[in-house]
Amino acid sequence: MAIRERLSGNEAVAYAIRQINPDVMPAFPITPSTEIPQYVANDMANGKIDTEFIHVESEHSAMSAAIGAAAAGARVVTATSSCGMALMWEELYVAASDRLPVVLALVNRALSGPININADHSDSMGARDSGWIQIYAESNQEVYDNFLQAYPIAEHEAVRLPVMICQDGFITSHGVENILLLEDEKVREFVGEYCPAHYLLNADEPMAVGPYAVSAYYMETKRAQREAMIRAKRVILETAERFARLTGRKYGFFEEYRLEDADYAIVIIGSAAGTCKAAVDEIRSATGKKVGLLKIRVFRPFPEEELAMALRDKKAVAVLDRSEMFAAAGGPLGAEVRAALYSVKSRTEFVNYFYGLGGRDITVEDFKEVYRKLEELSKTHEVRDMYAYIGLRE
Amino acid sequence: MKKDMVEIRWHGRGGQGAKTAALLLADVAFKAGKYVQGFPEYGPERMGAPITAYNRIGQSPITVHSNIYTPDYVVVVDDGLLEGTDVTQGLKKEGALIVNTRRSRQEIRAMLHGFAGSVYTVDAREISVRALGKYYPNSPMLAAVAAVSGVMTQEAFLREMRESYAHKFAKKPEVIEGNMRALEMTFAAIREGEEAAANRGFCA
Repeated sequence: MAIRERLSGNEAVAYAIRQINPDVMPAFPITPSTEIPQYVANDMANGKIDTEFIHVESEHSAMSAAIGAAAAGARVVTATSSCGMALMWEELYVAASDRLPVVLALVNRALSGPININADHSDSMGARDSGWIQIYAESNQEVYDNFLQAYPIAEHEAVRLPVMICQDGFITSHGVENILLLEDEKVREFVGEYCPAHYLLNADEPMAVGPYAVSAYYMETKRAQREAMIRAKRVILETAERFARLTGRKYGFFEEYRLEDADYAIVIIGSAAGTCKAAVDEIRSATGKKVGLLKIRVFRPFPEEELAMALRDKKAVAVLDRSEMFAAAGGPLGAEVRAALYSVKSRTEFVNYFYGLGGRDITVEDFKEVYRKLEELSKTHEVRDMYAYIGLRE
Repeated sequence: MKKDMVEIRWHGRGGQGAKTAALLLADVAFKAGKYVQGFPEYGPERMGAPITAYNRIGQSPITVHSNIYTPDYVVVVDDGLLEGTDVTQGLKKEGALIVNTRRSRQEIRAMLHGFAGSVYTVDAREISVRALGKYYPNSPMLAAVAAVSGVMTQEAFLREMRESYAHKFAKKPEVIEGNMRALEMTFAAIREGEEAAANRGFCA
């Protein structure tokens, strides 16, 4: 029996951490993720878990400590946001190339400047090339479910890569919603014990972690990371299947919402997908127009082929990015979806918009307007506002 | 918007508890079996700055994650905000505005930019000081929004609030009865105001 609860996204992550009881948590506070280590510290103080909390003086040290603990053979968690993750940058790459299954609860927030505390994907999108698996959530339920699946993916012998579980700052992290939780013993059984194959504290197998790699070895290391990322696709799906057997909640690389028969599709990541779903339902019931949504859950590894097949026959597709990359062209999601469509020789009409930067709200009406533009585009075949900002004050 | 959903916007000042009140309302509605959302909108984080918080309460799952622009109810925790903020912006005319104030309903209405819907005033200070001996606007304002919106019955609301208080004030149970009294007094004041308005033959 599932436990019916109401929690914020941060509470949901802290709840999952308590259930998993990881060995080590190094963390440094930053809005809006601060509550996660705060709640976990409460559980430690109250004897509910025996996780070792490491008080560090910066996020650079938090990720360094996470790497050290994971290399020693511990199951590790940390949490951060925005500039906190920016300060981890160097170590993000080290965790991935050292093949350490660190799990990071990332509460997405805009990078400075100007300084801003609200939801925006610029932090995780900036880290998209760091070698971490990235899984995003629409709701508090999904944050919780994704977090429970993080360790089985990260620690799988075919993967051994760090995972960041992303959620939108304030919108889900501080918003309270209904949620279904699993019993502690079911979580422990699902996540399992961590038994690393190789670890520094194993006296029977002396090893080095993170040594210098000369040119004769560096490229092979990258190739090994790449192959692990490719294998992660299978493991992510297997883990989701096992999770579905346990909970009935199904997950994949992305969610297709009323997409199969849709002529017009929006592609989006995160909490705004829920708002888009309401627009899809309203348009379909009011006009019968076939609109649908593709919500990305797994951005790294990028499900290029699967995504292209789901979108290739649409009349028009709009990809919405919640982060700028100042290419003077598209955003990160837009660029990759567009490239994926090219690989299957799709001739679907395509636009890429920006929305929600620094917490700018996006509404059901905004999504309806995007669908209206897609319909127009499918008729005129003329892209008028590529890379437009939705909801910009002018 | 689904028709079975009620949307509420709270206006308060940082540190006053509008966010806490929105989360508490989500809490009691959840316990009464509803689907809920309670979330704050943060500007600059500082004491005294105007803040907004929101509730969606419905019979079926809620996926919308935007702010609320056309609320059914607006709750103003500090009537000083009426001067600088258009609190009735987007408020449905079949909805209602609930203001914590010592001023009369007529005085408040005169400060609104022509809002045609119902206006309720609650003297949360008077109620709180009489019931609790101290000024905490949250309990009266929560009771007021429950009474006016009817998102749950008075009986269910009081039952769930008692449980919430028992949990929240586990270490100072002496304040539970005072808070319960504040809730009941607010319900009575709202009903009295509605009857008086009905007797005078005009809409609240």
